[in-house]
Amino acid sequence: MTAPLHEPTAEAAPSAADEAAVATAGVKAVQGRSLGRIAWGRLKRDKLALTGGVVVLVLIVIALLAPVITNLVGQDPNDYHENLIDPLFGTPTGSLGGISGDHLLGVEPVNGRDIFARIVYGAQISLLVGFLSAVVAVILGTVLGILAGFFGGWVDSVISRVMDGLLAFPQLLFIIALVSVMPNSMLGLTGTGVRVFVMILVIGFFGWPYIGRVVRGQTLSLREREYVEAARSLGAGRFYILFKELLPNLVAPIIVYTTMMIPTNILTEAALSFLGVGVKPPTASWGQMLSSAIDYYDSDPMYMVVPGVAIFITVLAFNLFGDGVRDALDPKGSR
Amino acid sequence: MTTQRTSGRRKQALAAAAVVAGLLTTAACGGGNDSGDSKSGAAGFNAANNKVAQADQVKKGGTLKFVTTQDADSWDTTRGYYGFMWDFARYYSRQLLTYKTEPGAEGAKVTPDLATDMGKVSDGGKTYTFTLRDGITWEDGKPITSKDVKYGIERVWAQDVLSGGPIYLQQMLDPKGTYKGPYKDKAADHLGLKAIDTPDDKTIVFHLPTPNSDFLQVLAMVSGSPVRQDKDTKSKYGLHPFSSGPYKFQSYSPGKNLVLVRNTSWKASSDPVRKAYPDKITLDISTNQVDSDQRLINGDYDVDASQTGLGPQGRQIALKQHKANLDNPVSGFIRYAVFPQSVKPFDNIHCRKAVIYAADHVSLQTARGGPIAGGDIGTNMLPPSVAGGEGQKYDPYQIAGANKNGNADLAKQELKACGQPNGFSTTIAVRNNKSQEVATAQSLQAALKKVGINADIYQYDGSQSPGIIGSPSNVAKKKLGIIIMGWGPDFPTVQGYGIPLWSSKYILQSGNNNYALIKDKTIDGLFDQYTQTLDEAKKAQISTEINHKVMEGAYYLPFTFEKFLNIRSSRLANVYTTDAYSGYYDFVNLGLKSTK
Repeated sequence: MTAPLHEPTAEAAPSAADEAAVATAGVKAVQGRSLGRIAWGRLKRDKLALTGGVVVLVLIVIALLAPVITNLVGQDPNDYHENLIDPLFGTPTGSLGGISGDHLLGVEPVNGRDIFARIVYGAQISLLVGFLSAVVAVILGTVLGILAGFFGGWVDSVISRVMDGLLAFPQLLFIIALVSVMPNSMLGLTGTGVRVFVMILVIGFFGWPYIGRVVRGQTLSLREREYVEAARSLGAGRFYILFKELLPNLVAPIIVYTTMMIPTNILTEAALSFLGVGVKPPTASWGQMLSSAIDYYDSDPMYMVVPGVAIFITVLAFNLFGDGVRDALDPKGSR
Repeated sequence: MTTQRTSGRRKQALAAAAVVAGLLTTAACGGGNDSGDSKSGAAGFNAANNKVAQADQVKKGGTLKFVTTQDADSWDTTRGYYGFMWDFARYYSRQLLTYKTEPGAEGAKVTPDLATDMGKVSDGGKTYTFTLRDGITWEDGKPITSKDVKYGIERVWAQDVLSGGPIYLQQMLDPKGTYKGPYKDKAADHLGLKAIDTPDDKTIVFHLPTPNSDFLQVLAMVSGSPVRQDKDTKSKYGLHPFSSGPYKFQSYSPGKNLVLVRNTSWKASSDPVRKAYPDKITLDISTNQVDSDQRLINGDYDVDASQTGLGPQGRQIALKQHKANLDNPVSGFIRYAVFPQSVKPFDNIHCRKAVIYAADHVSLQTARGGPIAGGDIGTNMLPPSVAGGEGQKYDPYQIAGANKNGNADLAKQELKACGQPNGFSTTIAVRNNKSQEVATAQSLQAALKKVGINADIYQYDGSQSPGIIGSPSNVAKKKLGIIIMGWGPDFPTVQGYGIPLWSSKYILQSGNNNYALIKDKTIDGLFDQYTQTLDEAKKAQISTEINHKVMEGAYYLPFTFEKFLNIRSSRLANVYTTDAYSGYYDFVNLGLKSTK
């Protein structure tokens, strides 16, 4: 009973011959061809998704190696270079926002900070908040969703109503209010640390119902399956069924929703920083850069273009990759 | 003088609104702004800054066209507090005294208007007696009497109905508030205020409980204008003030437009100040700064009434293509950082000096908008437009000199003297609604880091200032060691600027403006001495002395002596800026070159 990997939807009309074999043959017939392998096989054929995946990997490497990269180009994200600024207008003197050999993506208006270095450091904040808040949401959503779906009755009612409530909650306004009343230091964190911690918790907290609903729905249909009944009739305990029988079958939708949730969270972080309730200055963040670029949309458009493109590429890469993963794990979905 | 803070806040709110309006608009810019002949008639860059431009070309007649991005708070002479409203109100109101219609510093001096002279002072500066001119009339031709002047001034006491305006007159004449205002006055003529006597229709006598050397300055504010009782519509008076000046209201739609036409009853012979060149004056209220800037540049309008300066987009176009139409006057505002002594280690003067030396003053200037839109580097705390102000000549910390890019060595020496050789951590409090404010905070943060001072930036909603930085207990609790603010004078003297900031008597539990919590007997004593001194030269000398004492205490790090960039159309003649209204153009004597 260790590999009851019946993807619930895989029962009906698989598209390829080997997939049909998976679905109809017994457990023994597909030895060594787990769902993961099958999915990987499909993913490899999806060039767009692979590109997305590579970009995501590159972004992660950039974020992790931010200090190394900025050292290599010899720029610090918080150093002022006012000699590159026209004092009359506050805009960079060079063309295209001051792009040069030293400043690969130009410099910020007014203070002349290196945009490349700030974009690289900004990736840290975006990915950190994007990933960790998704982790929070996935843990909460999976646990509560599976409990609601499996136990039903009042447990289901309570959890489902809570999810409805949270989905109806104006989360952006709530986060803005919460961040503005946050103390400046808590749990040993100060300044930007507190803001990042709060953003992760709150974005994650308001994100879990999206996963929770899917998990609950899947659990509802899975718990009536024969293999669950079989386990139950053999005397398996509730928790054995929950975690050994049901959870492995929920992995696929959870992965899909996680990859879809990360870009949304990155956008939320950008929006919060844009509104001035994200990270604190001088910490670099893409949303904050976009926000300060508004004053210069006419005189220094590059300043707005660069962080905008960074956000665009990141979100697009995650979405392409997420789509590919979904298609790979869910052969019924149109490809 | 508690309303000083209101003024600062209101002016700041006005500026903030203008900035927001600028941000919200995304109108297309550039192109189509070269209207050909505009260049030929322009007087040149700074031609009207502290001097008169094209006075000889002025012709009588025509329509003078104003535009503004915000309506006045009220056109009621008792209720208006916006600087431009005071400037504009001289078209339809007269006062016993008013500011000279002269450029620059001379314009900040007062001169007789309704009164025949500067008044007779007696009783050790406690009694002022004025005689009214002949031939002064209301818009219906009836003469203006001393009782009308008294009634107009009494309205300041009716703050429950007529809120919003400056209350200096009340504070100087009746500081204890014994009079309840004309609307609650039981006397039949509603002229019960004991501090003012009107022995006959031509004579008015003021009795001050204690002398105040700035009393004449306060009389010259528009809140000292006459109001006729039978024309007083109380809170609705601002919709149609009854004119005593050369122009009267023809129509006014709040938030849309205002049209003034000639007051035919006004006699030029009765008015030594107002020239009344145009036949008609219009004021359009636009909600879109980018659009109104563009139309000013095109010459569709003659002058921006709110005088807050061009927005960032308009500034670039105008500087590149219409520089000869621009003036770049010094405003009365100083932008600065202040160190509350209640927050450690700023109780120690050496730590305060360390911050002053560590700051990169050129960077702070750039953050404020650079030398033109931001202003000159500020070196002390008395605006150059105030009597006794020395501008950059007085620079005790070499802010605009040797240390203009920061002096880390001196800063470290001061840190050692302060007992914090490795630096310390503190918090910079800054309003979040203006990008320049946050930019200065970041510049200061970056410079302080170089000497080991780690500053966290605390951003707050500017409209909440009185309860956040204006509450000394909150400042101490949140440990706001550096507060970034700006301040401008209500009337151009050290009293009108500095008393709320530096006098120990003005430390308040809420809405405090003495952020540094300065309790210096010498400074308090100098202010007392100032209010008793009637000699102008001596007053200026005391003002200078107060400024020096404040700077020696290292309570403030000045950023800039703020400047505006204002545009005048090529049609305008007799244009000049005046220190009476913080470097604004003096509206009342603007004229046109052509009556078409």
